[in-house]
Amino acid sequence: MRYLAQRLAWAAVILLGTTAITFAILFVVPGDPARVVAGPRADAATLATIRRELGLDRSLPVQYGQYLWRLAHGDLGRSYATRQPVATTLVRRLPATAALASAGLAIAVLIGLVGALVTAPLAGTWFDRAVLVASLALLSAPVFWLGMMGLYWVGFRWRLVPLGGAGSLRHLILPALVLGLGTGVYYARLLHTNLQEVLALDYIRAARARGVAPLRVLGVHALRNAGLPLLTVIGLDFAALMNGVVLTETVFHWPGLGRLAFDAVLALDVPMIMGTVLLSAGLVVATNLAVDLLYRLVDPRIRLE
Amino acid sequence: MRSGLLRAGVVMGFFLVILAIVGPTLAPFDPTAPVSPRLAEPTPPGAPFYLGTDDLGRDVLSRLLYGARISLLVGLVAMVVTMAIGTTVGLAAGYFGGVVDTVLMRCTDVMLAFPGLLLAVALVAVMRPSVWTIFIVIGLVSWTGVARVVRSEALSLRERDFVIAARAMGATHGRIVFRHILPNVVPTLIVIAALSTSGTILLDAGLSFLGIGVPPPTPTWGRMIQEASTYYRVAPWLMAFPGLAVLYAVLAFNLIAYGLTGEGRGVR
Repeated sequence: MRYLAQRLAWAAVILLGTTAITFAILFVVPGDPARVVAGPRADAATLATIRRELGLDRSLPVQYGQYLWRLAHGDLGRSYATRQPVATTLVRRLPATAALASAGLAIAVLIGLVGALVTAPLAGTWFDRAVLVASLALLSAPVFWLGMMGLYWVGFRWRLVPLGGAGSLRHLILPALVLGLGTGVYYARLLHTNLQEVLALDYIRAARARGVAPLRVLGVHALRNAGLPLLTVIGLDFAALMNGVVLTETVFHWPGLGRLAFDAVLALDVPMIMGTVLLSAGLVVATNLAVDLLYRLVDPRIRLE
Repeated sequence: MRSGLLRAGVVMGFFLVILAIVGPTLAPFDPTAPVSPRLAEPTPPGAPFYLGTDDLGRDVLSRLLYGARISLLVGLVAMVVTMAIGTTVGLAAGYFGGVVDTVLMRCTDVMLAFPGLLLAVALVAVMRPSVWTIFIVIGLVSWTGVARVVRSEALSLRERDFVIAARAMGATHGRIVFRHILPNVVPTLIVIAALSTSGTILLDAGLSFLGIGVPPPTPTWGRMIQEASTYYRVAPWLMAFPGLAVLYAVLAFNLIAYGLTGEGRGVR
């Protein structure tokens, strides 16, 4: 319980840190948010009024303080560009990204499990080597390029999926596959290595000697121990997955948070940027916390201090 | 197996460096000038345009060869920036420990929670796009993995007898860190350098794809893919070749890293 409280407090500090850094960066941007709101033809008086309304005429620490004060009251502010409340937009865009990210992660874990369980008994054979080289090549391909190639072959030539957009399961398959493929191959390699180490241990030999079926030894006895470290990697990897989300959403015109955040940065839409960064950092922190807690659940030997 | 992969990676990397150096002299055409007789539409691959031409009539092969230099340069310099920041933070945190360690590692945690690509986009917006900006920005968003690895190495090295002996003889912190700790981290640093180069090349390509990489007219592989994305249905070769070029470059460094340690994917 005490551990949980500490972790939650630390999570809050991290989120505060991300808002501070983002705020500091945005303040030195050579652009005027008031002009973004007012449009290119506004006169000086209008700009001054808008600046006062948005609090842009105050000093940086005061502006930051005001932002935190409103944040503490659950107010993320309004977008400079659309005048819509940031929170509403985030809530509207979140489901698309959540669907894409979780489908991508699920595909990655599936590829990781299947890939490792198939190649582990074949370690050292030509098949295993071929898979290794193919995996490294796949890991080296830019995710947005895989997306474009997927769109060309699967979407345009074979007409199996729609060419971008969202709305149905058919829309989701290709982006999720592109997002999860590289990560999945990486998981497969890690799990493969872990399985090799575990398979050499005495308890595996004992299980084999008792006559446990080979598949059961691999899929139950060995996997249970070899799979644990993967959990940490999945947690650490989540931030990288969010990078992939931004690129994948761009390629597939996926109406999610990644694209929203990117457009907000280009448009200098400060409240929207702060909102998306906060949400994304929150997701990363929450995933890592969940992984640590899950660890404790899966492996009772681990005591969290 | 591993040594074979390492050899393959080194050969591929060597070939890439040679191409980056002599590439522009090998290029059959001017990479920025319209050279195809069919100006308004892309030409499919075929002599004299072996990899085709793009929508502005520019020769894809020439652009790829010129792009090799800038893509490799960005990857390597950004890697050096990444390594410099990461190694400094990691050594300081691991060697001094205590408050220094806590503060530095907490900062690292904050950086890790950031969506790296978005941070890079914001930083490019602050610093205005140029090659130098890209070097620094990629370094600023990707040093955290290096710092964590170096820190754990330094943490165990500082308890070793030869460090304790050096301290007992009155060596300064600077001397201990640079003469005793750093040389022992070098083998690890070589591996991280290979891993982080594959990471920086991919990140650079991603930034270019989003339209905020090295500014035109310098042809970069990432921007070639971005420009090709409009024509992907009518001219798939436009995106296929620069993508394969990125894959080749990243694979070379991943093979080296894998050959050395059994791991092949950017540091995080």
